[in-house]
Amino acid sequence: MSEASEAKGLSQDQVVLLGPLTRTTRTYWIWVTILTAITLWGAMAYFMQIRYGLGVTGLNTPSYWGIYIIDFVFFIGISHAGTLISAILRISKAEWRRAITRSAEFITVLVIAFGAVQPVLDLGRPDRVLYVIVHGQAWSPLLWDVCSIGLYFTASSIYLYVPMIPDLAVIRDMGIRPRWLYWFLAIGYHDTPSARKTLERIIAVLAVMVIPIAVSVHTVIAWIFALTLRPMWHSTIFGPYFVVGAIYSGIAALIIAMAILRRVYRLENYFKDVHFNNMGLLLLVMSLMWTYFTFAEYLTAWYGGEEAEMATFWSKVSGPFAVPFWLMVISCFLVPFVLMARSATRGVWGTSIASVFVVIGMWLERFNIVVPTSVHPRIEMHWASYLPSWVELSIMAATFSGFILVYMVATKFFPIISLWEIQEGREDSVREVSERVAGYLPDEVEVTSS
Amino acid sequence: MARWGMVIDLDRCNGCQACEIACRAENNIPVCGPQAARENRTISWMQVVSEVHGEWPELRTRFIPRPCMHCDRPPCTPVCPVQATTKDSEGIIAQIYPRCIGCRYCANACPYTVKSFNWRKPVYPDSTLPMLNPDVSTRPVGVIEKCTFCHHRLQTARDEARFEGRPLREGDYRPACAEICPTGAIFFGDLDNPKHKVAKLVEDPRVFRLLGELGTEPKVYYLAEEH
Repeated sequence: MSEASEAKGLSQDQVVLLGPLTRTTRTYWIWVTILTAITLWGAMAYFMQIRYGLGVTGLNTPSYWGIYIIDFVFFIGISHAGTLISAILRISKAEWRRAITRSAEFITVLVIAFGAVQPVLDLGRPDRVLYVIVHGQAWSPLLWDVCSIGLYFTASSIYLYVPMIPDLAVIRDMGIRPRWLYWFLAIGYHDTPSARKTLERIIAVLAVMVIPIAVSVHTVIAWIFALTLRPMWHSTIFGPYFVVGAIYSGIAALIIAMAILRRVYRLENYFKDVHFNNMGLLLLVMSLMWTYFTFAEYLTAWYGGEEAEMATFWSKVSGPFAVPFWLMVISCFLVPFVLMARSATRGVWGTSIASVFVVIGMWLERFNIVVPTSVHPRIEMHWASYLPSWVELSIMAATFSGFILVYMVATKFFPIISLWEIQEGREDSVREVSERVAGYLPDEVEVTSS
Repeated sequence: MARWGMVIDLDRCNGCQACEIACRAENNIPVCGPQAARENRTISWMQVVSEVHGEWPELRTRFIPRPCMHCDRPPCTPVCPVQATTKDSEGIIAQIYPRCIGCRYCANACPYTVKSFNWRKPVYPDSTLPMLNPDVSTRPVGVIEKCTFCHHRLQTARDEARFEGRPLREGDYRPACAEICPTGAIFFGDLDNPKHKVAKLVEDPRVFRLLGELGTEPKVYYLAEEH
């Protein structure tokens, strides 16, 4: 800690964690420019699509769905990074969570918006999107989706905001600009013991509530596919399969975000090796669960051997989709499993590399679900194919860059690691945890010899 | 209440595709052009699908005219988020073009792939404009369309019957494809009316339905070839 900051009465946490709110580097602005350019390019591509219709995409009959729906499933999956992981770790009192919950929750809230907009990009008549509310038809899984994603977005926004209030109050009191923003967001909070107690009670209730909501979101997305009669969509395990995949890709995205934040904001002291090791273990567990579900799904289709199912099955295993299929197996199972099973490769680099593979692999998984079934309708069309156009690829690039951009901007306005939770960890948790562990052990009783 | 249905005798179908042309003219289906054909983006409500059986020189080609099946248990209607595709009281699956948001969920849910999407703004060459059917609305870009059993003809037939003060007779209401078929392979009528020919034909031992095992209960029946 420098003498200057000591003189101002700032703690080490405040100096490191609030630094990004006041200092911005040239590299940051370069990245902002690049990402803004890509996002604007995508916006231009969408303008083309609005003007000329979906004809500018690579979609056709019977490939009615493509990149947009793949990205929809993928990005909503990534959103399971935050809220769900943070809620589970909070409830299970995992002490190592303290440094990572905030960055995880930010991913959730910001990525949901980018995911939820994808089906709207996919609409033939985006001007009529509000008909879903005005003329909603309750039997449609798409309507269930609107409800569950809306609920999830609301709940995770609250779940991001409420645990941030004490930090916002600190920032307000320090007078960091823009003052009106922090004054408004801190809603007059003062960090008294009773206020803190109320806050923690609200967080505990929210953490329990967001878990079923998060599970429902990806289950309903799976049902969009599973409730049709299409080969290899019409599957009972699709709900849990999608949820597992979502959590898997979410953990991977969180690891990548942590690794980048650690490097650019010098957070080595907060995102320690142990955090990456633990996240790596979660990744290992999820890779095994994903593999188990995938194996169960494909074995069931293959053993049944129904003609329509087999057309889709073989197109993935040894047909035109063999490359994305086996790349998916390599990047969702082989690479992460081999890297994460050894403690030596569960460091920052190992987990980051595994995570990049998982994120790519999970995108391919969504591709392998949407496209091969689409081009193999029950009444075969031998000429069916799908190749995304530049418009779709540009919008996809813009979605990625747009998400990274808003995440970067968010780190400039809000501390990406929870100050008060770290402080609480330092002050209370060490004692609480040793008391808790002592509580697990048999009580000491006087031993009398008879 | 009638339950409109169709029986197609494959023994009589010679694959001439007159039904496709009649449908196109009747329902103002745009001719999408060679580019759309290359991109698999043509629109057709009635399509003669050909299946080749056997090995050369013992080849047999089977022609299956395929309109919308107008299922009694349609997989397409429950998934529509805005009720733009519905089953009406007489069993016809309708498409409501001004309501459709273009999500294409119904197209994906249909096991028969009979729904077409307007990927581009439909164009009608000037020379075809006078030939458009005023009873059928043209569709805008970005919506789904499909065979409606020419239900505008049902309205006309009903109006005429009412005007003449008589009940609707068999044959008053027939879709364009059934009317045009030069070999008389397409029969149309009320499946619930025992006096109608289609009601008798569906008792024929040759009868089958496409993907009948799915339980969608199509109201388009086929009579298999006898030889």
